[in-house]
Amino acid sequence: MRFMGLFGRGRDRVESGAELDLAGVDEALELALKNFKESVVAWSDAELGRTRPAVKTVRQRSWQLAAGWALSVALVAGSVSGGVFDHHRRVEMAKAAAAAQAARQQAVAERQAREDDQDLLAKVDSDVSKEVPSAMEPLAQLMAEDDSR
Amino acid sequence: MSGAAADELAALKLETATQEFSDIVTTHRPQIFRFLLASTRDVDLAETLTQECFLKAHRNWSSFRGESSAMTWLMRIAINLQKDHWRNRRMQFWRHTRTNSVDLDEASDWLPSGERTAEQRILAKEQVSHVWRAVKGLSERQRTVFMLRYVEEQELSEIARATGLSEGTVKAHLSRAVGRVRAELGGKR
Repeated sequence: MRFMGLFGRGRDRVESGAELDLAGVDEALELALKNFKESVVAWSDAELGRTRPAVKTVRQRSWQLAAGWALSVALVAGSVSGGVFDHHRRVEMAKAAAAAQAARQQAVAERQAREDDQDLLAKVDSDVSKEVPSAMEPLAQLMAEDDSR
Repeated sequence: MSGAAADELAALKLETATQEFSDIVTTHRPQIFRFLLASTRDVDLAETLTQECFLKAHRNWSSFRGESSAMTWLMRIAINLQKDHWRNRRMQFWRHTRTNSVDLDEASDWLPSGERTAEQRILAKEQVSHVWRAVKGLSERQRTVFMLRYVEEQELSEIARATGLSEGTVKAHLSRAVGRVRAELGGKR
């Protein structure tokens, strides 16, 4: 196929004055377009000559069109409001979780504080308190001395 | 003129118009169908649009003033119907987009049963396939202009009238379309 090799370089060759190559390019293009036309004509003639059963064209009614649009709008609105609702719900859940966390932390802190107070009181008790002699002890000692005599 | 004579004249005029329109259909239907078939690659759609084209032409036949040829007028209707069809398809995006367009290889199978050798037929089929491939990549306007020029063999002025474009614009579209075909043919090796 001679024209194939010449095809892509047609313009360059024209500029350099090689008219033979341009003729080759145009010939190939013309032949392709001629074949294309003949092909379309053959196809069209064959289809025109073919009898085909009559098909009732079902036109889409305007209410179907309106229903289609309404459905689309409803879907879009539903998606948007669903997204907003979901976002709102997430924010609320995050707030609730944060509040619960804070309450837990506060409870732990309170318990810790209570335990610290009890420990401190116990330590103070142990450090400060002393064994005090009984109020009757000197008298008891005197009585013991008398008995021994 | 008496009332009966006026009625008779009106009936005669109607009969003439009907006969004229019938001749128009017989003469131009193959061309309109061919253009629509080549543009859509869908036999059923081409048939439907051809019928709609002649229905519309019949309704507006009285307003046809003969400023352009009947063929140009019909072609303009066909082009507009095709445009409307694709626009409606795009608008009705939620519908199942079934298409009956035949694939490019099937479209390339059609060749006239002339005196060709087997080798010539293979070569012709290959060329037709490449042209279809290039045509598929064209914009709607480029495709229309290309089909009118190279399948219907219309003059640039006729194409300009049928498409409502200026001759310069038609030339530009045609040049791009041919460039694509050239590139597609050049790319086969």
